[in-house]
Amino acid sequence: MTTYLLTGARPLGGDPTDVLVADGVVAALGAEASRGSGVHVVDADGLVLLPGLVDLHTHLREPGREDAETVESGTRAAALGGFTAVHAMANTSPAQDTAGVVEQVWRLGRDAGWCDVHPVGAVTVGLAGEQLAELSAMARSAAAVRMFSDDGRCVHDPVVMRRALEYVKAFDGVVAQHAQEPRLTEGAQMHEGVVSAELGLTGWPAVAEEAIVARDVLLAEHVGSRLHVLHLSTAGSVEIVRWAKARGIDVTAEVTPHHLMLTDDLVRGYDPRFKVNPPLRTADDVEAVRQGLADGTIDTVGTDHAPHPREDKDCEWGAAAFGMTGLETALSVVQAVMVDTGRLTWSDVARVMSSAPARIGRVPGHGRPIAVGEPANLTLVDPAARRVVVPEEQATASVNSPFAGRELPGRVVATFLRGRATVLDGTLVEAGASVERASGRHGAHA
Amino acid sequence: MRHLLSAADLDLDQAVLVLDTAGQMAATQAREIKKLPTLRGRTVVNLFFEDSTRTRISFETAAKRLSADVINFSAKGSSVSKGESLKDTALTLQAMGADAVVIRHQASGAPHTLAHSGWTHGAVVNAGDGMHQHPTQALLDAYTLRRHLVGDGGRADVTGRDLAGAHVAIVGDVLHSRVARSNVQLLRTLGARVTLVAPPTLVPVGVHAWPAEVSYDLDEVLATGPDAVMMLRVQRERMSGAGGGFFPSPLEYTRGYGLDARRLALLPDHAIVLHPGPMNRGLEISADAADSPRAVIVEQVANGVAVRMAVLYLLLAGGDTARGRDDGGAGRAGDGQERTDVRTDETRVHA
Ligand SMILES: [Zn+2]
Repeated sequence: MTTYLLTGARPLGGDPTDVLVADGVVAALGAEASRGSGVHVVDADGLVLLPGLVDLHTHLREPGREDAETVESGTRAAALGGFTAVHAMANTSPAQDTAGVVEQVWRLGRDAGWCDVHPVGAVTVGLAGEQLAELSAMARSAAAVRMFSDDGRCVHDPVVMRRALEYVKAFDGVVAQHAQEPRLTEGAQMHEGVVSAELGLTGWPAVAEEAIVARDVLLAEHVGSRLHVLHLSTAGSVEIVRWAKARGIDVTAEVTPHHLMLTDDLVRGYDPRFKVNPPLRTADDVEAVRQGLADGTIDTVGTDHAPHPREDKDCEWGAAAFGMTGLETALSVVQAVMVDTGRLTWSDVARVMSSAPARIGRVPGHGRPIAVGEPANLTLVDPAARRVVVPEEQATASVNSPFAGRELPGRVVATFLRGRATVLDGTLVEAGASVERASGRHGAHA
Repeated sequence: MRHLLSAADLDLDQAVLVLDTAGQMAATQAREIKKLPTLRGRTVVNLFFEDSTRTRISFETAAKRLSADVINFSAKGSSVSKGESLKDTALTLQAMGADAVVIRHQASGAPHTLAHSGWTHGAVVNAGDGMHQHPTQALLDAYTLRRHLVGDGGRADVTGRDLAGAHVAIVGDVLHSRVARSNVQLLRTLGARVTLVAPPTLVPVGVHAWPAEVSYDLDEVLATGPDAVMMLRVQRERMSGAGGGFFPSPLEYTRGYGLDARRLALLPDHAIVLHPGPMNRGLEISADAADSPRAVIVEQVANGVAVRMAVLYLLLAGGDTARGRDDGGAGRAGDGQERTDVRTDETRVHA
């Protein structure tokens, strides 16, 4: 395995130092990190070194919708986005509701080798919301599932939700809820408010999310279990989670990059790229989720990377699928709205995009401190770079990025998975490829 | 104007131009030979994804009176779940050389998507999309209002006039109504004041951003003496629990928001009653109100043809006047063809 010396890197945005990556771990830091023979030197001067990013919320679409994404294409996108571990959501076809399916997805991820793939198990059989899936079998499978979710659908029956929360305590699992009261959102097409009234699109009211978040934190308190709220999108939800945490309830929450940056104003052009669930909300909601992420009410940024084949978005708004891609732009969006505005430090970014999700998902070896002896799951970022998002140039198999054409800051220069470079000079490194010719961040793939 | 997608596409000058042009079109319709050669050789496609015989016939009549070739394409029943039918249908129409596509669709925004997708190069006219817009309905309503309320109650020439000072009450299911949305915008553009009247369950969240007042009390609004009352059709499925249960019962709705003889009598003498049809007699409007001399509902239908002739004319054959008001776009499909005909033909609508 190639040994790498990152010269002048800034761990968590701190002081520049040299970092030696050898034998899958961080082997030395600072003066100890000498350049021996056969060491591949990466000029990391001024670059920020983060623990490899962990996503709790990725849709890899395999099995079932390989036309939108495969484990292979999705994890390539993840590596380019700086991720070393992703959680693959359960709404595949067949759904990830048995030990067999989660093991299949886990193996596909392991064989692809771009990042660790942790399948999310379905809470209920077929995501139907009625009967608990065999949660324990999934937990004990090779995939060692710890996170369970019917994402895409809300576990809306309070009894089923209660049982799920209770049951996963046996193996330290967490139920990740897609909070959407189904009756309040029948036929919903976008956020309910001024813009939906003007456009004549059925509204998805904020209260439909908040009502479920409120109910679930109380259920989690009652049964003493762990709850994770997926893609929280409204100011009211932030308030409820803040209240729940103050009360000592074991709840964590997530926000997506798109809910940190975009508002429902964008729907005015009826461009299906902006159709997503939960919908883009108002500027007040965006401000509230930014504040929530800054003050720790919201624990993580989850991409909700939701690829769709072109034909599912190349149509009128009403017929278009919900969802946006996000793995390759997530870090840039967080930098733009949180770091470059002074609301988060790079150390905070390491927390919300790596250590917190790794802790919530019970992922070993990820989200660790950058310290000698720790697994070398690392992401090297150039915060001074800027780029215009071109979906067709991304590794994801789908092109439904809401950021297409936007200029965003930051670029993932390198990603290391247990010491192996999956990305160097911003380019994927095929497994087994020689990097000996590479001589720095501008030379690796010249 | 390259397309007509929303009442908001029209500024005051453009809106008045459409109404004036409709007036000229209406004048030609009094002649023995109603057909004008203006759009000879042009193809207008009526693309209806949702049933509306009335609107389709109105557009078809308008196009035929202008000598356009008309293709009626009913896509009802075809699957829109994947969205392929709109795109594929549009590409087919494009291949057939449609100069204008009149589209009716159950999905809000579908005409907008058709106009901006590159699937067709023709002018797109929104003939009603979901709960969003129905701009030609708003134009025919405005035309009807102007005929009755402006120019000494219709006795003087109203050319060039707007609706400044008029007060219009729009009553009923505002939430689901593209007619209400279009009318609020156009009436405001034309200078009228609008009051929306509905039970709170049928008023959209976000209505506070609209240029209109909102009341839950019809009698109170009628007591203020509006110049016109526009009754909206209530869909019967809105009453049941399955459809949302927006109000408890038809009788309760009629008591609160139905227009009957008693309420008609509350109106000033000059006030008129409009309804986009088809009416639910006995629900939102009683038979005697619908058939009263104040009701201009039948006239609205006739005015609809004149207004749609004006819209098709301005989009497809528009001479200097219409072009001068174009927003500087690269021109429409077929632009430059046969324009001299327009000025020399017998209609001389802008002479
Ligand atoms: Zn979800």
